[in-house]
Amino acid sequence: MDNVLSWITFLPVVGILAILFVPKDNKNTVRIIAAVFTGLQLVLAVWIYRNFDSSTSAIQFSEQYKWIPSFNIDYFMGIDGLSVPMVLLTAFLSFICIFASWGIEKSVKGYFAMFLLLDAGMMGVFCSLDFFLFYIFWEVMLLPMYFLIGIWGSPSRTEEDGMVRGGPYAAIKFFLYTLFGSIFMLIAMLVFYFNVSDPVTGGHTFNMLHLMDQANHGGVLKDFDVRLLIYAALFLGFAIKVPVFPFHTWLPDAHVEAPTAVSVILAGVLLKMGTYGMLRISFPMLPDAMKWKYFAYGLAILGMINILYGALCAMAQKDLKKLVAYSSISHMGIVLLGMSGLTSLGMNGAVMQMFNHGTGTAMLFLLVGVIYDRAHHRQIDGFGGLAVRMPIFAAMMSLAFFAGLGLPGLSSFISEAFSFLGAFGSETFDLRLITVVSTIGIIITAGYFLWTFQRMFLGELNPKYAELPEINGRELFTLVPIGILVIVLGVYPAPLLDLIKTSLNELVEVVKAAEAPTMLGLH
Amino acid sequence: MITNAILILLLPLAAFVVQISFGKRLPRKGDWLSTGAMFIALFMALSILVDAISTYESNKVLAAQTWEWFSFGSVHVTFGIVIDNLTAFMLFVVTLISALVHLYSIGYMHGDPRYSRYFAYLGLFSFSMLGLVLVDNFLGIYVFWELVGLSSYLLIGFWFEKDSASNAGKKAFITNRIGDVGMFAAIMILFSTFGTFDFDGVFAGVAAGGLSDGWLTAAGILLFFGAIGKSAQFPLHVWLPDAMEGPTPVSALIHAATMVAAGVYMVGRTFVLYSADALFFIAVIGTITAFMAATIAIVQKDIKRVLAYSTISQLGYMMVGLGTGGYTAGLMHLTTHAMFKALLFLGSGSVIHAVHSQEMDDMGGLRKKMPITFWTFLIATLALSGVPPLSGFFSKDAILASALEYGMRHSGQMWIFVIMLLSAGITAFYMFRLVYMTFFGEPADKKKYDHAHESPLTMTLPLMILAVFSIGTFSWGWFEHLISKPSLAAYGAVAAVAEHGGGHDDVAHTAHTIAMISSIVVALSGILLATTVYYWKKISAETWGSRLKPLYNLLWNKYYFDELYAATIISGTLWKSRFLAMFDLRVIDGVVNGVGRLTAGLSNVSGKVDLRVVDGLVNLVGRIVAYAGARLRTLQTGNVQSYLLMALFAVIILFVIQQF
Repeated sequence: MDNVLSWITFLPVVGILAILFVPKDNKNTVRIIAAVFTGLQLVLAVWIYRNFDSSTSAIQFSEQYKWIPSFNIDYFMGIDGLSVPMVLLTAFLSFICIFASWGIEKSVKGYFAMFLLLDAGMMGVFCSLDFFLFYIFWEVMLLPMYFLIGIWGSPSRTEEDGMVRGGPYAAIKFFLYTLFGSIFMLIAMLVFYFNVSDPVTGGHTFNMLHLMDQANHGGVLKDFDVRLLIYAALFLGFAIKVPVFPFHTWLPDAHVEAPTAVSVILAGVLLKMGTYGMLRISFPMLPDAMKWKYFAYGLAILGMINILYGALCAMAQKDLKKLVAYSSISHMGIVLLGMSGLTSLGMNGAVMQMFNHGTGTAMLFLLVGVIYDRAHHRQIDGFGGLAVRMPIFAAMMSLAFFAGLGLPGLSSFISEAFSFLGAFGSETFDLRLITVVSTIGIIITAGYFLWTFQRMFLGELNPKYAELPEINGRELFTLVPIGILVIVLGVYPAPLLDLIKTSLNELVEVVKAAEAPTMLGLH
Repeated sequence: MITNAILILLLPLAAFVVQISFGKRLPRKGDWLSTGAMFIALFMALSILVDAISTYESNKVLAAQTWEWFSFGSVHVTFGIVIDNLTAFMLFVVTLISALVHLYSIGYMHGDPRYSRYFAYLGLFSFSMLGLVLVDNFLGIYVFWELVGLSSYLLIGFWFEKDSASNAGKKAFITNRIGDVGMFAAIMILFSTFGTFDFDGVFAGVAAGGLSDGWLTAAGILLFFGAIGKSAQFPLHVWLPDAMEGPTPVSALIHAATMVAAGVYMVGRTFVLYSADALFFIAVIGTITAFMAATIAIVQKDIKRVLAYSTISQLGYMMVGLGTGGYTAGLMHLTTHAMFKALLFLGSGSVIHAVHSQEMDDMGGLRKKMPITFWTFLIATLALSGVPPLSGFFSKDAILASALEYGMRHSGQMWIFVIMLLSAGITAFYMFRLVYMTFFGEPADKKKYDHAHESPLTMTLPLMILAVFSIGTFSWGWFEHLISKPSLAAYGAVAAVAEHGGGHDDVAHTAHTIAMISSIVVALSGILLATTVYYWKKISAETWGSRLKPLYNLLWNKYYFDELYAATIISGTLWKSRFLAMFDLRVIDGVVNGVGRLTAGLSNVSGKVDLRVVDGLVNLVGRIVAYAGARLRTLQTGNVQSYLLMALFAVIILFVIQQF
């Protein structure tokens, strides 16, 4: 199949066009169109999965066309083992989220159009191999996300302390924060553009493969101090997306105020773009800067802070959705820690964790949506004894919680364990210490999940909810496939691991081979 | 044999899957299915055990097989099964008690609204526990280790409507996780050094000297942290007494016989890994645990709590056995204890079932009403107290001998033996106290007594079977031959460290004799004292209790561990989490919002500047022009004469200017 990546990226855009022709009142037609197009996208993703050759780290399914020849900008798409799981995750969650959005009644056309645009943007980010194109897709996502949170999120409200929070506030915060980060990414991108030469034509280039080849680096990129600065600029751009402490406060707001399906996409896919960016751009393009002592340890320490700080903050939350949001911060810390060790185990563990956190947290947000639709609030202490009334819902929730706390047999156990093992295996004592301290996070995580489960589901049934309806078929339809994936990959993670390991082992070798010269007198 | 082992593992898993999916719709809610599956597994395990015994070779590996689980390219992670004599015994113990508990539960759980769910969880537990004893590597043992923790959580909190039950489940899971983190750290050390999770690979690496002494000791102690959690050793023992909130058959299976012994099994399985310092650490923890729990058991009034503390104490014994080098002794006590402690719990369940109370103050005189329960219970009590020739005597005696031998070989370490001996006396005392308060004397509650009756056959049959095993099936000699202390030499160590001698020299012989005599003496003294106080009532427990009020309070409140942890770790963590959440909202997010406000403020200022100053200037120019225009407009009169006059004036002025 030619141009499969273009198809998978732009199918949602075709969907938008189709939706625009539907009369406003045919809400179901709009929903079905969205389902069909994301469904086709999922089919393509499965096709990619089946046809992807995981034995090589080379770029596959690539498409390259001149786009803006005067600036040497190409339309260059292609994927390797790092992008494949993200492509699959995006297609899978987008499809599921259409069904999680079925209950949206407010300007349905607009909602699904925005959602499909978001979908296209995400897919584009994971498929593009031209930095300029990557940047365009990166920015394209912002716009629909802004509207989805702002318009379909919760309405504005004034809190006790006088702060105005709510959808519009969260949308603006998300938009500006990410834009702030992307400016640094833009600067870094331009520095690359002007200092890397295309090996064939000798001109400036945005081609990521050229940017990764250190032999093409010239100009100020020969200067290690500059490289450190560029790395820092890129890191800032990506760190906001992950989000890395202390740039994370947009996340609880955005996740909590967004409608369920958008929260799922935010936590399931968007957060991964931060770590994806680091692995796709920062690490291979500036491996020596990444290995600079303060950046390497810095990454591990930030990972540790994310793990512990996120977990402790989660424990204190009264709002279930906010708890899940903070748990994401904690779990993304494990990805950072796994990456920091620069070992095959850690790197593979980290990318598996990106995928497994995507599925696990998607379940959590979907489940939060289920209970919110029924009880119209999310206060953990406001429930009690729901397991009696809603046993299936309780079972799904416990599956998601146990996946979240890394129970063996569920997918995130393997990825968390190997992220830790990988970081520990780097054999520097400091990193070992950081890893061991980080593992305390798994106790705290067990604590807040079990405590939450107890407060919501165990004990005597709160009489207020004696008539609460059990989870329905549509909701189960969104949850069960993810649940199956969580269990299957927990018992047998090889399909996911086999997909990614060749590319990631290659990446580890590339970064390991780089030497960080002594600079700034800091070594 | 491998096929058998896999079937043993998969039968309970299948039972779990069937029960959790549609157990409710099966006839009799599927109890026969789970129970049948477990009995089939029992017969298969029995055949493996018979093989092991008939082969009669020390530490013989009967069968082993490994499959690749997943691979990172250069690192391959495998899943494998190994069956040696130890596994064979463990399989038998686990399947036997699990099968009997299934059978017993049919009567005990009769009429429970979540009857099929209960059997599902039992199946999940049996699967996890059997996996734990079958698996051949550290990652696998960790996986099943956590899974038994999960099933324990589910079963402790089975009656989750009760807050005490759901609290206890949560406490058990989290306390265990604390130990598990240590265990995981040990696995990280071992894996990052040797690049494999396999027991054999790691042991071979240790034998080759791949780890420095410091790291090896650290790995051993950290690994033992897992056992501290799972086997309820000091200071993480606090979860086990609370775990008695679960149904009593569960307490017998999980919290007495099998899961809590997993820590002991794990230390036994990885025995060659422990350096002398790590073993000493294990012995010390075991000693503290054995003594502390035994003393608490003296004053407890809840029959299950007494047994729970007794379990903790006996697990301490096993650890002391292992820690002092008595490998066989520790593991033998694991098997004998599993039988008689399961029996004690099931017996107490029978009593609780009859009187609907767990308080011993509500019982008394029950021996006439429940003869089978009484006699089987008495056999188990004698075994636990260490009265010859019952099974418990042999294993406990072996542990005491090992502790004594350790004391004789290491100067200044005799205290371990002394404390263990003292604890043995206390054990006999509190067990007979329990028997007298429950089965002898006058009924404390007449109504409850009249209502009481012997339990149905499904419940008494397991008691009788376990009683047979408690009397003594395992004699020391052949058990020691089959499961003898492994050494690193088997893994290729150049010089086997003959730390504790081979066992049959003079010191060992002397130790054995002294230990045997003294252990009989203290056991009988303990029983005599209990009889004096609680049967003959020559000494009043109440009087002594009030005379030693501070001590009594200390024991009654279990040394205040729960209060201590609540005040320090738990409230500390909660405080930290609330502080950080506040910090996050006010400081970190405050800065973000501050930047936002500052920008908005600055833009406001610049907007004002723009409006007032920049635009003001523009407007000023305009106004000046307009003003000037307004003023100058008056000149435009339309009168030709005045224009001419002005022109004349202008000419004059220009003329004058030109003159200068």
